[in-house]
Amino acid sequence: MGYDSAAMIESAHTSGGGEHTPPTPGPEPASAAVDRRAIAGTFDTPSGRRPQDWSAPLAAASAGDRDVARIVHAVEEGQRISAEDALVLHERADLTTLGRLADLVRQRKHPSGVVTYIIDRNVNPTNVCLTDCGFCAFYRSPGDVDSYVLSRDEIYGKVAELDRLGGRQVLMQGGHHPRLLSEWWGELISDLRSRFPRVNAHALSAPELDHFSHFEKRPIEDVLRDLVDAGLGSVPGAGAEMLVERVRKIIAPKKTTTDRWLEVHRRVHEAGLRSSATMMFGHVETAAERVEHLQRVRDLQDETGGFTAFISWTCQPDGTPEEHLYPEKATPAVYLRVQALSRIFLDNVESIQTSYVTQGMKMGQMSLRYGANDFGGTMIEENVVSAAGCFHLESVQRVEHLIERAGFMPRQRNSWYGIVDERADAPARPADRLEAATHAAAGEGCAVRAAGAGAATGAGA
Amino acid sequence: MTEALLKTARDAGIEDIAERVLEGTRLSREDGVRLYGADLYAVGALANHAREARHGDRTYFNVNQHINYTNVCNKLCRFCAFQRLPGQEGAYVMKPDEVADKIREQLSEPVTEVHMVAGIYPKLPFEYYLDILRAVKETRPDIHVKAFTMIELMQIARRAKRPLAEVLPELVEAGLGSCPGGGAEVFADRVRDLGYDKKNTGDEWLETARTVHEAGLRSNCTMLHGHIETIEERIDHLDRLRLLQDETGGFQTYIPLSFHPDNTEWSHLPGPTAVDELREIAVGRLMLDNIPHIKAYWIMLSIPVAQIALGYGADDVDGTVVEEKIYHEAGATTPQRVKRAELVQWIRDAGRVPVERDTLYRVVWSPAESVARVGEAAPVAAAR
Repeated sequence: MGYDSAAMIESAHTSGGGEHTPPTPGPEPASAAVDRRAIAGTFDTPSGRRPQDWSAPLAAASAGDRDVARIVHAVEEGQRISAEDALVLHERADLTTLGRLADLVRQRKHPSGVVTYIIDRNVNPTNVCLTDCGFCAFYRSPGDVDSYVLSRDEIYGKVAELDRLGGRQVLMQGGHHPRLLSEWWGELISDLRSRFPRVNAHALSAPELDHFSHFEKRPIEDVLRDLVDAGLGSVPGAGAEMLVERVRKIIAPKKTTTDRWLEVHRRVHEAGLRSSATMMFGHVETAAERVEHLQRVRDLQDETGGFTAFISWTCQPDGTPEEHLYPEKATPAVYLRVQALSRIFLDNVESIQTSYVTQGMKMGQMSLRYGANDFGGTMIEENVVSAAGCFHLESVQRVEHLIERAGFMPRQRNSWYGIVDERADAPARPADRLEAATHAAAGEGCAVRAAGAGAATGAGA
Repeated sequence: MTEALLKTARDAGIEDIAERVLEGTRLSREDGVRLYGADLYAVGALANHAREARHGDRTYFNVNQHINYTNVCNKLCRFCAFQRLPGQEGAYVMKPDEVADKIREQLSEPVTEVHMVAGIYPKLPFEYYLDILRAVKETRPDIHVKAFTMIELMQIARRAKRPLAEVLPELVEAGLGSCPGGGAEVFADRVRDLGYDKKNTGDEWLETARTVHEAGLRSNCTMLHGHIETIEERIDHLDRLRLLQDETGGFQTYIPLSFHPDNTEWSHLPGPTAVDELREIAVGRLMLDNIPHIKAYWIMLSIPVAQIALGYGADDVDGTVVEEKIYHEAGATTPQRVKRAELVQWIRDAGRVPVERDTLYRVVWSPAESVARVGEAAPVAAAR
């Protein structure tokens, strides 16, 4: 029964999401949290140890590791690596080696040296959510004094401001509100599209879409068809958290399950929409589970080719309801390690986006040498991660300076990772949702299944 | 391993430099300039090699506290946001009692060092400097006092109306243990004339450091980078440090300091970014073949850059600090203190072995017997 509030954290990154929880589980009072803690203590992890026992391999001491050398060679040769090998890299390769490999893979995929970013804004139409994720500081329960639903005018005002600044995308997510369902969202998106045709609606994470399907008792395909007709242009990858059931049962037990999250994205891609994929780590997961997550994303991408980008970030537990459940925040070196690993492992995903919102601008810049080729959104507004005490918003000028100093060419992009920048000499491809669905323009190996694309075109027409 | 390093260097056009690093030949000034134009990874990998050859995975930190005893200063350096004129709002001078109070506040913490630097306030008499040293040592006798940058020492000698060489033994008797490395800025006269013309010249800084070393005291050294200096001027600075070190061997640690523009007369300059800071660490490690340690000073770099710098040539991250004023006046947003356990965790997550040291790099704590015995000087592979 998924419904995500985890999506919200992501939404901070990828977009904003509003999600609700399903009706059936009903309110689970305070005891839920206690149970979860018990679960956290009793589950065996695949590697037989607690995640906080993970420690980085000693850099100098691991230099002679033969397994690592073999895998490094394979990556240099351009081969796909197995999950087992990815785990070896995660646990035994030093960060310098991982960074070099990730940089190599990034360079192969993006030889032009372009680093993209998008001028966007997060709008979170509501913070009401039924999912009660313990790591989320943003959500409120229905009836809470500080719960809100933004009025249409407030939303228009925010998007108008974005439009004036040349923004290309509004990332909309929220809580899983029990009454704001696909019809409400469809109207909102349709209105925004007609008022601000330049601004793409990048909205509704998989758990939110699943929430609609569940509440409206109709298949996800139908929900998606209506939203695409209304003008939904792309879908954020929020709510993935960790795509591992053991972990989800601890951190987000009421949220969309792993399989369902993947299924929703499959349907999203078939409906002719591109989406991103995300991972929130640095909580109760093990290194092996991080790799498991990456494997699931890669498998679905092999099938659909619909993911534009992968974005990972670390759990920001400060001020969240279950702060006590989470060990210390993952430190920057661990973030770079995981990001580099994702670049190396996800050979079929075109772009890796850095998470400067959680990591800060300095890390954002450094991460460009650890596999990232996208700086994400300038996010003139962000609410979810900032609710957890993490707030790093920056000006376009600053972003460009940092990208240039790192040795790359900054270029603005659209939601489908087509470059829309007057400095670009080539036409922007893909320029819109339909082009993204029907062309493999965003990169090698990213052709959305033909049938899905056809259906989408039909639906769009 | 060596192969991979040479290949990386070859791709970056610095294979000849890599060969010199591998065989232990000192890099020339021209080599140094080229390091600024080469790919960051290649430069970082070379520096990492040099770091691991000296220190393996060991990474040093200490538990320290900072005291900036006055912010009154007459040097009017354009890069500085800390200075106040006498009588200006916010100006302060700590009395010896107040310095003692700062030390007392931390008595329950396992602090081994106090780092004490400040502005140049001409009215302070020679006795004041002796008094604050004594105040520290009387409050916490076993603490190591690392105090007074070269310009402060010059001022102290001026107030004592005697040569520094004569004054230093008195300072030592009052409690001085070693000297920090700040205030070197960039030695080039061109930069000094534009940015800090009331401060000592590069030659005076080096001469003062020589005197300090000859008196048997260790010091650190620094360079303030990322403002108006050229690459050639940075290399000139590093080369002059290296030559003095050949002579005295008194520098323990080199610390590249990032210019922070906020609230300074140079606030229009952008300041260095993270990748610039990593490169400066790496170039420092490669050029300064005779200085044992390179410090990634987290207060200025931010925690992420300091942590990542441990793979770019740095083997030290400074300490717990407690209360830092100078860089925070210039817009540093790092926390002013960090818990010892956090420092240990950053170092571990970077794939390194944390070693708690005292000011003179004697081991206070280390997780592994093989790393270093407590109480011994930190092992340093033969500094050429």
